[in-house]
Amino acid sequence: MIGNLDIVMLQQIWWIICSVVGALFLFLTFVQGGQTLLWQVAKSDQEKSLVINSLGRKWELTFTTLVLFGGALFAAFPKFYATSFGGAYWVWMLILFTFIVQAVSYEYRTKPNNLLGAQTYELFLFINGSVGVLLIGAAVGTFFTGSNFTLNDFNQVTWTNPLRGLEAAFSLFNLSLGFFLVFNARVLGAMYLVNNIDFNGVPEFEARVRKSCLVNFLLALPFLLYVVVSLVLIDGFGTDTNGVVSMVAHKYLSNLLAMPVVLGLLVVGLFLVILGVTRTSLARSTTGIWFGGLGTVLVGLAVFFTAGFNGTPFYPSKIDLQSSLTIYNASSSHYTLTAMTYVALFIPVVLGYVAYVWKQMDSRKIGMRDISDKKAY
Amino acid sequence: MGEIDLATVNWARAQFILTAMYHWLFVPITLGLSFLLAFFESMYVRTGKEEWKNLTKFWMTLFGINFAIGVATGIILEFQFGTNWSSYSWMVGDIFGAPLAIEGIFAFFLEATFFAVMFFGWDRTTKGFHLFSTWMVAVGSNLSALWILVANGWMQYPIGMAFNPESARFEMQNFWEVLFSPVAVAKFTHTTSSSFVVGSFFVITISSYYLLKGRHVEMAKKSIIVASVFGLLSSVFAAFTGDESAYANGRFQPMKMAAYEGLYEGAKGADIVALGILTSGKRVGDGQKPFAFEVSIPHGLSIMAKREWNAFVPGIKDLVYGNEAEGIMPVTEKMEKGKAAIADLAMMQKARKAGDEPAKVAALERFKVNQDYLGFGYLDTPEEIVPPVATTYYSFHVMVYLGTFFILLLLLYLYYSYKDALEDKKWLLLLGFCSFFLALTASEMGWVVAEVGRQPWAIQDLLPVKMATTKIAAGHVQASFAIFFIMFAVLLIAEIKIMLKQIKIGPEGV
Repeated sequence: MIGNLDIVMLQQIWWIICSVVGALFLFLTFVQGGQTLLWQVAKSDQEKSLVINSLGRKWELTFTTLVLFGGALFAAFPKFYATSFGGAYWVWMLILFTFIVQAVSYEYRTKPNNLLGAQTYELFLFINGSVGVLLIGAAVGTFFTGSNFTLNDFNQVTWTNPLRGLEAAFSLFNLSLGFFLVFNARVLGAMYLVNNIDFNGVPEFEARVRKSCLVNFLLALPFLLYVVVSLVLIDGFGTDTNGVVSMVAHKYLSNLLAMPVVLGLLVVGLFLVILGVTRTSLARSTTGIWFGGLGTVLVGLAVFFTAGFNGTPFYPSKIDLQSSLTIYNASSSHYTLTAMTYVALFIPVVLGYVAYVWKQMDSRKIGMRDISDKKAY
Repeated sequence: MGEIDLATVNWARAQFILTAMYHWLFVPITLGLSFLLAFFESMYVRTGKEEWKNLTKFWMTLFGINFAIGVATGIILEFQFGTNWSSYSWMVGDIFGAPLAIEGIFAFFLEATFFAVMFFGWDRTTKGFHLFSTWMVAVGSNLSALWILVANGWMQYPIGMAFNPESARFEMQNFWEVLFSPVAVAKFTHTTSSSFVVGSFFVITISSYYLLKGRHVEMAKKSIIVASVFGLLSSVFAAFTGDESAYANGRFQPMKMAAYEGLYEGAKGADIVALGILTSGKRVGDGQKPFAFEVSIPHGLSIMAKREWNAFVPGIKDLVYGNEAEGIMPVTEKMEKGKAAIADLAMMQKARKAGDEPAKVAALERFKVNQDYLGFGYLDTPEEIVPPVATTYYSFHVMVYLGTFFILLLLLYLYYSYKDALEDKKWLLLLGFCSFFLALTASEMGWVVAEVGRQPWAIQDLLPVKMATTKIAAGHVQASFAIFFIMFAVLLIAEIKIMLKQIKIGPEGV
């Protein structure tokens, strides 16, 4: 069946697959959010240890999902990969640096003789959770605000802004999306910790974590509002039937209206996040993360679908509209997309064993016993 | 395709050398040690003896320290194809991106998911599931090696694809040809087996240190036996797969082979230089003797390259200036054809833009005649196709000498272990103590041969490295190079300090 799909169908399928991976990554940023909460919710070394060890069993999943997101975009939309990574050089480099320092920090933080001291590794985790997520948000923001590049006949990218991608962080819209993701990650982080840690004997610690979920949600709100209102009001990039790109008034609003499913994803997603917050902060439930997580995935999907579907170039160029990338002009060949679609059939298996192992490992919460283990982080 | 900034090219190259070689300090340990952990734990599950469990946990601690930095440095390489090599990423992304994505789906998640069970699941899962997880980490690590090596193999021997002049890029035509290309198969088997050797020597070096110090003697001896058996089997296999790689080079990358053998003049029944010092400053076509001193084995190279006693093996000179008798076209001619292909491609793009269909079709027909030589059109001189001979030659020979030495060393280790006399052989333990550093050197040298030996090509014969970079001012690449360099230096010192401390603490501390 897959062998008979036409290229347009495959391009759309791959935009959906990339969106799913990207949205799952946004859910998994509860690890990054938790990292930034460390200094606020954990007052003693013991509490810190609980947080780190709880997150430490999951950080690699988030990291791997980010790598897969990059890999899937490379395989399915190589023109985007080449244009954005090569063009918006510094925004990607800085994101990369924050993930490099994250990867060693869990393992090295409490090991004796670790050169930099536990505080430095905690700082690395904080930088990853704040700067890293902020810049990822800013980079995603350029899907709507556009970038500064032209492509020549051979599709080589020329970036016209000397900041090479860092300019993305100087747009109010991009910054707002970034800050929303940072605070949303913190909300999710608090939900996850509530779900994952055994708070027996440390009720004040639990209260702080539960409270931080609500506080961070309130902090996220103004940024979310700014992003949503802007999306409704701003002109967007649109392609006509001949693939010619032009500025279209209220493009993203009309995308949402033209694709009610996407609007539904957005609304239901936001509702679920709110539900997760109330369950975590106002009720004494530990299941908030599942609502907040699913909600974040749905919001993420809505964002990516709005950016890429309904005749919208997902990686628009502000300075040369016709250089803008759509899922149709940036994709791999028919053959490669077909082959990769067969490979993608394996994704549910991956999700299956990840879920199974997660359940096995988390059937007992992280408690004092785990942090006194010699293998503990 | 626009002007080339050689400073950018060279800094991008430098950054790739730095990041790839640094990443490779940790990867072979992961590939080899992950299987050793699985063996150790299997012994524990079979025998039920706590000493095997403690031994497994000790090596697992060291594994974790190494693994973290391996992960941290691995993500750089994926990003880097985009950041520094965006022209490359566009031109071959249709083929090269797929293995990277597959690596993520098939391999990284196995590693990431089961790593957590392996480390933290001792009392959270059953014994059986824990063992299964340890095996899955080993399988996942080595599967990730498979896909990235398939991608690398494709660059060395581009197959299963065609150039699409409409999009001006290479596109995949046959996935299975890419996956099962003889170069990819040889590369995967040789890289993993030689990494198993590195992992084995990691264990042997630390265990030998303990024996020399008279500490943790029983654990060290047990570890040595398992690592020596695994190391010996892998070493022998690495020798075979190394021969297979050389045979693949003989067929698909004769220039690389000529460089690592120091062969300037091709010959029938060519000799192989077993030991030799290159004449310094030798250039192709300058009439100097290639070697200042050499010991050769008659017909050795013909047998290695073509598996025939009297086969012709082309030398650097033949490959650059051509050899009519053997049907080798001179590079000058290839360059002319390549330049014609580039011109026709540009003309085709122009006609396409102007909507001039007949002109486009005509240009396309002309392009097809010369398209196999496209890459040569970007060269400035024929001599540009010669890689740095001395670097390639010495790296190759150091690798081969060390590989042979490892087999002897492991035989001695097994013999004296069998006699239970290892502790008394201080000289052997000292050699064993050095072995990991030598093995890592051999492993890095292998990559030098593979990558320096294929210069100037990013994709053999199709895309020179200088055409593959991002259009970016050299200063940006320089700056990111500097940041990587400082970061790597700090993290490496941290890693070594932590590792040494854990070794000093020893198995009782884990």
